[in-house]
Amino acid sequence: MPHIRVISPGFLTTVQDLGRFGYAHLGISAAGAADAVSFRLGNLLVGNLENTPSLEMSLVGAEVEFEEASIVALAGAGMQPIIDGQAVPMWETIMISPGQVLKCGAAVAGVRSYLCIRGGIHVPPVLGSAATHLATGLGGFSGRALRRGDIVTVQSLPVSDSFDPLRLNQNATDRLLARDLLRVTAGPQENLFTDIALEQFYTSSYLVTKDSDRMGLRLEGPAVARKDSSFETLTEGVSLGAVQITHSGHPIILFVDHQTTGGYPKIANVIAADMHRVGQLRSGDRVTFRRATLEEARALLVEQESFIYQHSFAQA
Amino acid sequence: MLSSSSSKPGIVFSSDHSLLVTFGIEISHEIHLDVRRLTLILLDAKKEGVLNIHPAYSTVLITFDPRIVSFRRLEEHLSRLLMKLNTVELPRPRSMRIPVCYEGDFAPDLAYVGSHNGLTPDEVIQKHSSATYTVYFLGFSPGFPYLGGMLREIATPRLDTPRLNVAPGSVGIAGEQTGVYPLASPGGWQLIGRTPLLLFDPQRNPPTLLQMGDEVCFEPISRTEYEAHLAQYRSEYEGKSPAA
Repeated sequence: MPHIRVISPGFLTTVQDLGRFGYAHLGISAAGAADAVSFRLGNLLVGNLENTPSLEMSLVGAEVEFEEASIVALAGAGMQPIIDGQAVPMWETIMISPGQVLKCGAAVAGVRSYLCIRGGIHVPPVLGSAATHLATGLGGFSGRALRRGDIVTVQSLPVSDSFDPLRLNQNATDRLLARDLLRVTAGPQENLFTDIALEQFYTSSYLVTKDSDRMGLRLEGPAVARKDSSFETLTEGVSLGAVQITHSGHPIILFVDHQTTGGYPKIANVIAADMHRVGQLRSGDRVTFRRATLEEARALLVEQESFIYQHSFAQA
Repeated sequence: MLSSSSSKPGIVFSSDHSLLVTFGIEISHEIHLDVRRLTLILLDAKKEGVLNIHPAYSTVLITFDPRIVSFRRLEEHLSRLLMKLNTVELPRPRSMRIPVCYEGDFAPDLAYVGSHNGLTPDEVIQKHSSATYTVYFLGFSPGFPYLGGMLREIATPRLDTPRLNVAPGSVGIAGEQTGVYPLASPGGWQLIGRTPLLLFDPQRNPPTLLQMGDEVCFEPISRTEYEAHLAQYRSEYEGKSPAA
């Protein structure tokens, strides 16, 4: 099988797919792509199935050398990619010749970008998934982030393989950049918070702090007060995008690498259609929360799915 | 035993992609049995679109892919399962013995747990290893058991400052809970011993040593026995082909 060589891993590059499901009752986190919409679009741009293992690059992208001719795409935060000194586009199928080097720079806006390669990254699946969970060293490339000098295997395709290049429509890329608003539904412990606290939570803007990663995003802003702060909630299962309020009143958004259970009360939960936005929030960004009903959340998801499949691509 | 707690469980949508079933607001053995029954039939049902089942003390969280199954459909599915709950016969709990070495650098907080409770270190070991614990659920990290049944006489608050690195197999106490760290991680529990057993191994099927519902006993072993266990464990692993 062909390989790629990591000349520089950038800030944090891991192998991801759409997650490791079915093991939460054993305490195993799903992990998976932080911006699943970009991840899926990137795979569609190279003709892969949307769950094909790819590289997730954060803040500063990687520099990699391709051993063989490859068909690749970069999807997500703009990382100023260049090949042999020439700028190449994001969100578009790129043909790479043997020995060429793709070099990504710092994310211009947002955090994460996906390097999707036709055929996909080949790593031994762990519990049915290629996703890397860093805190437990599970899955991906030896359970860790890529380092300088790593040789990563690419799933080879038949010699007869051919693929017509695609690119994402401009209006689609514009749409994916919006992330200052997160739509949420009520959390299971919303009733533990005072009316004033709820009003404040939905009208304030919150700052994403530097203590934010794939496990969770810690936010700073007006403290969210509980009716009775001495009441302890029992540890219970937590879902992706849950907004927990800590004892000091600060929100934490639980994210893709989150632990399976937790004990803080949850005021709200980011809707499925906005989860990809959380994956592009960086420290210093400000977000506001807007309440949605379950029906609204569903309508937004249906609309997003049709956007992904029907209106996004043009021949490059 | 077919009886189940009489009160009707609560169902709430905790998000547009998860549903929380609540059997009560306290820790009790009766509630645990209901949580276990529901977890078993949910795992067995393999409903399309269901991603994960997260059992805990008194709740079960079900996460799903809303593109595949709508929340209304899932609610109906769940209501049907809950009606059958009383008829679910639980398998007998497995009895699991976990050897623990309560000595030396494996037990940096043993003396403190003793002095906090007016006990000698030997009394702490005796009390910790004489109880039978129930695995209420696995959560927090892979294979980590939430155990019920610790004697209050050895309850001790967490460390003021968590350790940056706790070794895998470390046995600890936090408040009225005891547990075993399956993997190296930061942690604030009072450490009183270490087991040579691997609580989590992704190459094993199932990957966790313990399961929800297991009955667990801790068995004191010497440092020599600990080392012997570890050596035996390693040779078993090396003898196995990774593909097997």
